[in-house]
Amino acid sequence: MFSRFKFITARVYLGFTLLLFMVPIVTSVTGQDFYLDLLTRVLILAIAALSLNLMVGFSGMISLGHAAFIGIGAYCVGIPAYYDIHNGFVHLGLAMVCSAVFALITGAICLRTRGLYFIMITLAFAQMLYFTFVSLDEYGADDGLVIYKRSEFAGLLNIENATTLYYTVLAVLLIFFVLLHRLVQARYGRVIIGSKHNEQRMQALGYNTYKYKLVCYVISGTMAGVAGFFLGNFTNYISPEMMDWTHSSELLFMIVIGGTGGVFSPIIGAAVFLLLEEFLSGITIFWHLIFGLILIAMVLFGKGGVHGLLLRWDEKVTNGAGQ
Amino acid sequence: MILQVQNLNKSFGGISASSDLNFEVAKGQVHAIVGPNGAGKTTLIAQISGVLKPDSGNIIFNGKNITKTSAYRRAHIGLARSFQITSVILPMTVLENVMLAVQSLSGHSFRFWSPASRENHNREQAQQYLIDVGLGQRAGALAGEIAHGEQRQLEIAMALALTPQLLLLDEPTAGMSKDESGNIIKLLNKLKGQITILLIEHDMDTVFALADTTSVLVDGHIIATGSTAQIRQNPEVQRAYLGDSLA
Repeated sequence: MFSRFKFITARVYLGFTLLLFMVPIVTSVTGQDFYLDLLTRVLILAIAALSLNLMVGFSGMISLGHAAFIGIGAYCVGIPAYYDIHNGFVHLGLAMVCSAVFALITGAICLRTRGLYFIMITLAFAQMLYFTFVSLDEYGADDGLVIYKRSEFAGLLNIENATTLYYTVLAVLLIFFVLLHRLVQARYGRVIIGSKHNEQRMQALGYNTYKYKLVCYVISGTMAGVAGFFLGNFTNYISPEMMDWTHSSELLFMIVIGGTGGVFSPIIGAAVFLLLEEFLSGITIFWHLIFGLILIAMVLFGKGGVHGLLLRWDEKVTNGAGQ
Repeated sequence: MILQVQNLNKSFGGISASSDLNFEVAKGQVHAIVGPNGAGKTTLIAQISGVLKPDSGNIIFNGKNITKTSAYRRAHIGLARSFQITSVILPMTVLENVMLAVQSLSGHSFRFWSPASRENHNREQAQQYLIDVGLGQRAGALAGEIAHGEQRQLEIAMALALTPQLLLLDEPTAGMSKDESGNIIKLLNKLKGQITILLIEHDMDTVFALADTTSVLVDGHIIATGSTAQIRQNPEVQRAYLGDSLA
């Protein structure tokens, strides 16, 4: 099923990646710092969308609680910073461990259910975490915390610099992409893809699908925690609002726009979603309405998202060449 | 005895799908379970394969009580099944489907980096199972795009790849044309003697062509067991199941 990943599809994704590399160069020449910020946000949320798609697209687990992991990652920067701990290795380590543990505990329970119940219980856990942080007065409750200093990496990396932060996020995003690209073709990937399409059959073949899905949940949550680590650093500010379920649903929209069938496509989805949002909100104050209608149209008519579109294009070209 | 089912009970609400169900399968035999619709055949196979847990009673496999063993573990101790409604991984190729079965027996699958398709040993083994069931030429086709009869053959290849001691077949010829079911019967006849087969079947022609022993399931329990020839002649069975046309 992966032999189809070639031709135009691969070229478009490669071209898109090259464009991402050029963004800081273009913005520094034109002096449009705002767009560097916007694209940094795109990349951070692309990490989260990429991780969510491992669950939704490859394992068939639709979660409405993914923003919780972003929140955990962000608070793992904010809370240590509040106590004057600015070591980035500590922040990043904490973000990964805390989100993995949260994924392991909640996943172990969520995966006892399926379908609509799974969606509802992931949502419930995320909202639980949201209200927990709202009630933590020490850490600013509703208002959150301002992060005065970004994570420090012992002089190796200065992410106070916007361009350095951008390239760091881009590097992590691409590393995650490569890891997932390999993962879905490895033994493990075969098992989770099989479980998505026919869990009963996989059990009859001798696979403990629960265990494999739980590991998938933990991998996905940990990656989203890393996205949260960057988001906290990027915005210099954290609040429970980051965990709100509306952000989880935005991530779902991103992967639907990009297409759930590909590993790379959520990155495109995140870019389309955020750039469209930015563009529309610049034209009219009623942009939510237009945005909503466009999203509905994309979900209804754009079968397989951008990825599906590219694959169909590839298929047409291949068939055309054969005749 | 490779399989013993003892006093099995399972009910859904007020309906009893298995009631004091007892039977045994001898090693090396093809044992058929026949019965009219609603007799509890599918519930029985679900309990033997571990998808459903019985309310009471025991399932003994190779002398070991497996009543509480999970479905995926049963696959590892030599119990493989096919499904009544074709159950393969549709978006994968025929070969990939069988490779999943081979992979299941060749160590754990928490391997995240090397492509599974490059495991030559697994691929060759899977290809051999496909040749055995007569699907050697279809390895590269998507499982969702092959004919219904071929999907049933694929089901059997996947079950065989688990190198089972006992093969549970839930209506392997369901929904097939005469030609297609003829192929399956030929295939199963080849397996006869090598693997013990428990055949749940609605179609009497298939049963008469394959089974050494036949049990008749009516209203959740076995009303008669005997050699297939005896069962054919048993007046009680003819009344309950075969109907007057054969009498």
